[in-house]
Amino acid sequence: MTIIFLLIPLGLVLVGFAIWAFFWAVGDGQFDDLDSPGWSVVTHDSAAEHPPTADPGRDEHD
Amino acid sequence: MTACFHCQEPVPTGLDLTAEVAGDAKPVCCLGCKAAAELISDAGLADFYRFRTAAAPRPQGSSDDVWSTYDRPEVATPLLGHEGDLSVVNLLIEDTRCSACSWLIGERLRRLPGIARAAVNPATGRAQVAYDSTRVGLAEILRSVASLGYRPHVLGATDTLEVATRERRTALKRLAVAGFGMMQVMMIATALYVGARQGIDPIIREYLRITCLVITGPVLVYAGRPFFAGAWAAWRSRHLGMDVPVTFALVLAFGASAWNTLAHRGEVYFDSVTMFVFLLLLARYVEMSARHRAGSTGDALLRLVPATALRVRAGLRERVPIAALVADDRIIVPVGECFPADGTVVAGRTETDESMLTGESRPVEKREGATVIAGTLNVGGPVEVALSAVGTSTVLAGIVRLLERAQTERPRIARLADRAATWFVTRVLLGALLVAVIWLWIDPSRAFEATLAVLVVTCPCALSLATPTVVTAATAALARQGLLITRADAIESLAQVDHVLFDKTGTLTEGKPRIEKVWPLRGTAEDALRIAAGLEQVSEHPLAQAFAQIRTDQRAQRVTIFPGEGLEGVLDGHLWRIGTKSFVAAMAGEPPTGADEASIYLGGETGWQAAFQLEDRLRPEAAASVRELQQLGLTCHIASGDQIDAVARIAGQLGITDWRARQMPDEKVAFVHGLTAQNHKVLAVGDGINDAPVLAAASVSVALGTGSALAQATADVVVLRGDLAALPDAITTARRATRVIRQNLAWATLYNLVALPIAALGWIPPWLAAIGMSASSLLVVLNALRLTRSTKPAHAVGAPRVACPA
Repeated sequence: MTIIFLLIPLGLVLVGFAIWAFFWAVGDGQFDDLDSPGWSVVTHDSAAEHPPTADPGRDEHD
Repeated sequence: MTACFHCQEPVPTGLDLTAEVAGDAKPVCCLGCKAAAELISDAGLADFYRFRTAAAPRPQGSSDDVWSTYDRPEVATPLLGHEGDLSVVNLLIEDTRCSACSWLIGERLRRLPGIARAAVNPATGRAQVAYDSTRVGLAEILRSVASLGYRPHVLGATDTLEVATRERRTALKRLAVAGFGMMQVMMIATALYVGARQGIDPIIREYLRITCLVITGPVLVYAGRPFFAGAWAAWRSRHLGMDVPVTFALVLAFGASAWNTLAHRGEVYFDSVTMFVFLLLLARYVEMSARHRAGSTGDALLRLVPATALRVRAGLRERVPIAALVADDRIIVPVGECFPADGTVVAGRTETDESMLTGESRPVEKREGATVIAGTLNVGGPVEVALSAVGTSTVLAGIVRLLERAQTERPRIARLADRAATWFVTRVLLGALLVAVIWLWIDPSRAFEATLAVLVVTCPCALSLATPTVVTAATAALARQGLLITRADAIESLAQVDHVLFDKTGTLTEGKPRIEKVWPLRGTAEDALRIAAGLEQVSEHPLAQAFAQIRTDQRAQRVTIFPGEGLEGVLDGHLWRIGTKSFVAAMAGEPPTGADEASIYLGGETGWQAAFQLEDRLRPEAAASVRELQQLGLTCHIASGDQIDAVARIAGQLGITDWRARQMPDEKVAFVHGLTAQNHKVLAVGDGINDAPVLAAASVSVALGTGSALAQATADVVVLRGDLAALPDAITTARRATRVIRQNLAWATLYNLVALPIAALGWIPPWLAAIGMSASSLLVVLNALRLTRSTKPAHAVGAPRVACPA
């Protein structure tokens, strides 16, 4: 069980990194608007290559 | 009926107008929509039509470029902030209805030269644009937004939005730290609990406890700060809030755990501490999000006043910023512009649209000597005005103050809830103290544990979660029905409402005149409409809107406007008059008989041509909605600024017996106060700025989304689809929500009543108290989530509506 003397501090370092990453993302404004950026995936440039998505029943996979 | 491809309003029958979008011809309802649709398509932004979930606003035609004044440094400079070399401007954009709208505006702006950043938030309608002022002007930015059909307002450089953003970011960070900390501590605590049963190496046990201490310390200091700050503030103001026992429990539990860890004995409660912090922060975050949706209204109201005015001094005309105006200045106000200050007409005759002030939709005639009010629209002809009041002494500024006062009057209900919390908290603290004293007497070694168990078990967790979770769940359920809740306690108020007050203009009716009936006195109806449309094209008069939908290539020449009477112009080589009966009779001769209900007449040198009946129609769902509201046990009233006959007709059609016409805003407020004084709860439904004080005075207010963005900012509930049918649904959902809140509070009370004596007897260790508390909270949350399952599929729109061009 002595391995936990190493693993727990390691885990805490990872948590520290995760918190740092989250703070950075919040400061960068990534959580200010959770609705519209999602659309950019479908609206940016790729628009012309795909048929309209208005029909929910249609399968979009190539 | 075909729907307009751009704004989705019905295309008037007989109109054959199309816009070229991505190579296809699509039907549109007017030239403005055609221009907007083609502009969007030509810019390669036609995707907007595929991804939008709500119709686009109808562009408002304006011949004058009102935006160019924003390029003048004395107008623009006070509005701008700076980021290095970039200028930053905050905009409030009306009519952003869905994510696609904000995408479209953002894309359009990013294609301008010199734009560094353009962020548009669809939920708040706020946009922030950072740009290089040497390459693009503020006027160009505003013009681009306006050309898409959205109406931009310039907000100041520092905005309440920024304060809200900062607050939300800090809360998110605290929540994340508490969440991560809780997960780590819980994981280790599980090992400790298992170890306590099955046996554990004392060295590993001490190691795990120290690890918990190391994690919990920073979490408590950083994430728990709002509670400590709240408790400190409560302590200084000598009153007990929820934060006081929370802080007590946190400090006691953490202090004892830290002491026990360092002294290698006793119990530790780090898991309880972190879980407690996280759950409470979560509840507060939910409440904060709801609060932020309401914007600052007074600020936005004052934006109604134009940025500049045409001042006349010693015969010289000069455009000056309105801040430079003083009383007794003379200004010229052209047609289609708002009056920048209060004053008296000294030259010219006109009509003004005072609907923002009185709700009266028909224009009011203004001759020499008549008073005009800041913020009202000049629709008749150019006039010269001697100013009597500027800035904060205007009537408009008075309305803003009325509004602010009405808004500050509201937290009375909040204070009541606070008092109940104080009562509960005092009892808990006294109880804990009593338990501690008794145990010190009986068995000092168990005193601390029992006291802590009492503090944790009775922690107002279930109580404090009971309301916000239900409010969130109900808010989500209502959002799917097209209703946006902007104030946390709006749902509670909605459930208690027993009187509904409608403002006639635009809430029960569509708010725009339509041609109801045509009596051709000569020739065909089509001919008459064509001539009328050609004449009215030149006019900015509200009644002229009725003719704007008729397609015509002709435009009348040499048009003269006679305020209060009508207009005269040349079309097809003939001189025509359109307007009141007597006005047309002066040219066309003896008035014809019949057509008694007509309000607008058309005639020329050669005789009478036609008569039109214009009417503001009831919304199609109004009658059914009013009936449903009455079945729910609500009494409906109408208080309108409109004329008596118009209001009487509407009330008769809807079966509403109590109606008032020609009401000023303060009379409406007095009416609401009269009802509330008799212990009635009033729901006010409005759409205009003149409603704002009434909306604020009512127990709960609803704004219809098609109205101006300003009313939305003050209202507690916004009906996004401009559909009255959502109103009865809202009340039903709110009543269900209140029932669930009562169940939750009953459960929380029962749980506390049962758990408290057991904890006081010392039978509950703190870890079990924390688990019991969490299970109780979970039950409360799950009960609340039942609300998200909609019982009424008829109105609920499950998935976002994809606007599919028909």
